Amino acid sequence: MKEQLEQIKAQSMQELESATDLQGLDEIRIKYLGKKGALTSVLRGMGALPPEERPQAGALANQARAAIEAAIEQKDAQLSGQARKAQLAGETLDVTMPGRRHKAGKLHPLTQVLDDVKDIFIGMGFSIAQGPDVELDYYNFEALNIPKNHPARDTQDTFYIDENVVLRTQTSPVQVRVMEKQKPPIRIIAPGMVYRSDAVDATHSPVFHQIEGLVVDKGITMGDLKGTLEVFAHALYGADVKVRFRPHHFPFTEPSAEMDVSCFVCGGEGCRVCKGEGWIEILGAGMVHPKVLAGCGIDPEVYSGFAFGLGLERVTMRRYDIDDLRLFFENDVRFLKQF
Amino acid sequence: MKIAMSWFNDYVDLSDIPPKEFADAMTMSGSMVEGVESLGAEIENVVTGKILSVEKHENADSLQVCMLDIGGQMLQIVTGATNVGEGQIVPVATHGAKLAGGMSIKKGKLRGVVSEGMLCSHEELGITAAELGYEPEYGILILDGGTPVGVDIKEVFGLNDNVAEFEITSNRPDCQSVIGLAREAAVTFGRPFSLPVPAAQGNKENVADLARVDVLDQAYCPRYCARMIKNVKIAPSPAWLVRRLQASGIRAINNIVDITNYVLLEYGQPMHAFDMRDVAGAHIIVRRARDGEMITTLDDQQRKLDASMLVIADGEKAVAVAGVMGAQNSEVKPDTAVILFESANFDGASVRITAKKLGLRTEASSKYEKGIDPSLTEAAVNRACQLVEELGIGEVVGGMIDVCGKLPPARSLTLRPEKINAFLGAQIDTAFMIKTLNALGFGVDEAAMTVSVPSYRADVESEADLAEEIVRIYGYNNIKSTLMAGEITKGGKNAGQKLEDKVKAAMAAQGLYEILTYTFTSPAVFDKLRFPADSPKRNVVSIQNPLGEENSIMRTTTLASMMEALERNYSQRNEAVKLFEIGRVYLPQPEQTLPDEKNIVTLGMYGGVDFYDIKGMVEELFDSIGVKVYSFTPAADQSAYHPGRCAMITIGSDRAGYVGQAHPDVCDAYGISEACYLAELSFDALSGAADNAKTYKKLPKYPAVSRDLALLADDAVLAGDIAQIIEKAAGKILDSIKLFDVYKGPQIPQGKKSMAYSVTLRAADRTLTDQEIGKVMDKILESLECSAGVKLR
Ligand SMILES: [Zn+2]
Repeated sequence: MKEQLEQIKAQSMQELESATDLQGLDEIRIKYLGKKGALTSVLRGMGALPPEERPQAGALANQARAAIEAAIEQKDAQLSGQARKAQLAGETLDVTMPGRRHKAGKLHPLTQVLDDVKDIFIGMGFSIAQGPDVELDYYNFEALNIPKNHPARDTQDTFYIDENVVLRTQTSPVQVRVMEKQKPPIRIIAPGMVYRSDAVDATHSPVFHQIEGLVVDKGITMGDLKGTLEVFAHALYGADVKVRFRPHHFPFTEPSAEMDVSCFVCGGEGCRVCKGEGWIEILGAGMVHPKVLAGCGIDPEVYSGFAFGLGLERVTMRRYDIDDLRLFFENDVRFLKQF
Repeated sequence: MKIAMSWFNDYVDLSDIPPKEFADAMTMSGSMVEGVESLGAEIENVVTGKILSVEKHENADSLQVCMLDIGGQMLQIVTGATNVGEGQIVPVATHGAKLAGGMSIKKGKLRGVVSEGMLCSHEELGITAAELGYEPEYGILILDGGTPVGVDIKEVFGLNDNVAEFEITSNRPDCQSVIGLAREAAVTFGRPFSLPVPAAQGNKENVADLARVDVLDQAYCPRYCARMIKNVKIAPSPAWLVRRLQASGIRAINNIVDITNYVLLEYGQPMHAFDMRDVAGAHIIVRRARDGEMITTLDDQQRKLDASMLVIADGEKAVAVAGVMGAQNSEVKPDTAVILFESANFDGASVRITAKKLGLRTEASSKYEKGIDPSLTEAAVNRACQLVEELGIGEVVGGMIDVCGKLPPARSLTLRPEKINAFLGAQIDTAFMIKTLNALGFGVDEAAMTVSVPSYRADVESEADLAEEIVRIYGYNNIKSTLMAGEITKGGKNAGQKLEDKVKAAMAAQGLYEILTYTFTSPAVFDKLRFPADSPKRNVVSIQNPLGEENSIMRTTTLASMMEALERNYSQRNEAVKLFEIGRVYLPQPEQTLPDEKNIVTLGMYGGVDFYDIKGMVEELFDSIGVKVYSFTPAADQSAYHPGRCAMITIGSDRAGYVGQAHPDVCDAYGISEACYLAELSFDALSGAADNAKTYKKLPKYPAVSRDLALLADDAVLAGDIAQIIEKAAGKILDSIKLFDVYKGPQIPQGKKSMAYSVTLRAADRTLTDQEIGKVMDKILESLECSAGVKLR
């Protein structure tokens, strides 16, 4: 009996040694440990032993089973590892081949830049206002201190619907509409399409976008105008750009200014983008003209405010170095995909 | 406008200020300098020299050897020119000189004879005949006999001057002049400004005895000044005067006309000179033109006038369109002997309208349009006469005709320094404010703290204007930047604006690119889109003065813009293009002045997509913005779409738009030979139905059971109807229905289709029994059969 067990053990170990795959290992397991396996038949033969020998023989048999099981397990681990390795080797991919993409679309570059601008002003407590594209002459001009026959009307070549209705030439009429409806404090930006009777070329379009801004409250100063627009310039162009304000003229603000930022291409040295000036004009601004406030029923002795306006196309063209305005409205996907 | 910078020195000494510094400082005080051009930048080391002797070259017949005195130094120069002679003063390029076009001159030998430089022609100095004011003879430029020897040629020709180009804002007509800008420069640099009162001596006669002026329309002509010159000698103007005109881009014509232009630049007051021979009865009448009256202007154009226009006339004919241009019939001619200088103030608006109507904008009309100080007329006409005397080109008749209506009184404003500082957010000294205003020509009554506005500053109307005057000189950039104090405002986007962002994000996430298009379009698009003749969308807002037919109406549909975008992409051979836009349409409203502006979400695509793709995108959009109750019903009546492949979209009970395949004729009209798919959705409808409220439903605890149904239906039966029947029949335990196959073919009878559904059932509180399931499936089949004649296959 004992010899028999020793022999089974030795033989199984030998066979295990030479097993090369998991299938062979399984066969060995069945051959020695299966229901009809060698060890099982030895155990079955135990019934023939005298009762006093049975415990010892049982212990021996269990020892042999445990030894074989342990050996099989060890071999199993070894062979499994080899098999997985072989499998993985066979599954190697060319990871430099292109990925399979679900193509998302994109927002128009003008929308993307406008979203940045909106975020900056919303962060400063501004709301977003809107007004009609087809606008009364009154809102587009007269309420903005541009009466009929004012020379400023010539510089803004206007599309007329009839004598009293125009396609708005600027987003500034939204200022008036907001002031008529809302009592101060007012902090709004009003982005939108504007129309000028300009023939299309690389830098002109009869349709383009402006972003208007308006703040009205007690005690608003020109220093606030500067501070607010500097925050905007730094948020849009980076903290290290320099900002300057130049006197200018708009009929509906007084004093009026244009804001320049130091050229973000050359840093102020002078280059093609800034035409050698070192500065790039970004927006027009000014303190809301007292006549405009009064016309909206806001007492200029009590309230003051500032307004500003910038061209979205111009800001976007500079940001992405786009040299042709027409691309924005042609909507060629080869263009739209780039942003 | 361009001005030779040396001209400013007549009024304020700026001679030591480098051009760049001048440009920067002027720009920052409100007179924008676009650029400064240095006139003689190319020319170096060219001086005037006197020819002492001219001898033949010993080795060459075509050359001559000149000895020159260039001011204490003798030079020997060989020249090929034949127009040189002893005693002449000529431009001499010395060793190391640089000439126009980059030519440089060195000492050398010409056919064995030493030449220490070169004698120059006007072209070599970069001077045109027009700038000289005459056509010089061929060869070396022979200078005026009185020209000093040994001076830099740039001084002789004013080539050491710089020309500044200003961009003057429309509120500052006073700065459209040398004097106005000189005043600004004086204040900017804190230097004294001297404006002498121009005066001409005049003879003993009085112009009032020799001519008469009647102004019949004082509203259009508030002031008319005139002076007369006798014994005029018409000739070219002196070089210095020509150069100043030239620098400003004005061509010299003759001394009298040049003087009017010179005064225009210097004072900003347009002037005109009439040949008195052509003024009948020496009588000037300022009157309205007669309707249909003809005049031939100086530019040789016949022009038809009307009664809204003001003319200068004599008793017989018009001799000028007031403030715009003179007539040929009275222009200054080479033999003109007596002239009348006109220096008048005309109403800006009337000049503007007249110039526009005639299509004739001139230097004068653009000045008048902006509004001119009526007090300038007198100084300007006197300045012109002073120049006539200085140049000795005529005899100024004594006296002046001055027809002057009531001029507006000087405006008086209150100055409240503390208010201005509060407005600016600054602490500017009152003394600085007063000093600045004084320097700008304002009168300040320091006791009453009132400011009287000079007549040339009609733009200054209020305290805010005074604040600007002060702060632009103080320096915008010296104001401390602050952040707004006061009440906090919440800000942010409203619900509609947030929804717009969400719609855009949802469309982009599905692979669509956002487009932006023109909102005006052509009336021809309605035919291209096959809109019926009586379509309400043909009722449009039209532009009176469009750039062209193609942009002449405000759009009432976004489909045309979308088709144009697809067309462009298709023509560029871009494959599989998917686009969307949120943009406005403009719908005229009865009884309303302004149209209704509605936002429309438009989808458009071609290539690798079909109807169900675009419909799925719309459904996916609804899902992402929380539109829950919607339906699609067949719409064969939308003429822009394929009649069998278009659905009306209903949200709640409102029509929200359409989705479908574009009608093939529409694709043809846009030159696209692939199927295009379009959808249009009212943003308002989305906005009314979008619901952000989300409620959590517990995940199911009990298993679901699926049963497949192979159905046979008439072609006309809609999947939407079948789904509704199943939903109704299955009731609460319906989890989902999925249509996974539609088949027509050999095994299916003609006029029928096979539809395979997977119906999933689940109860929230128990596991469904086979018996329950069987009952429900039977009910479903029964309903299908009796409501739609649909049978199990
Ligand atoms: Zn630059």
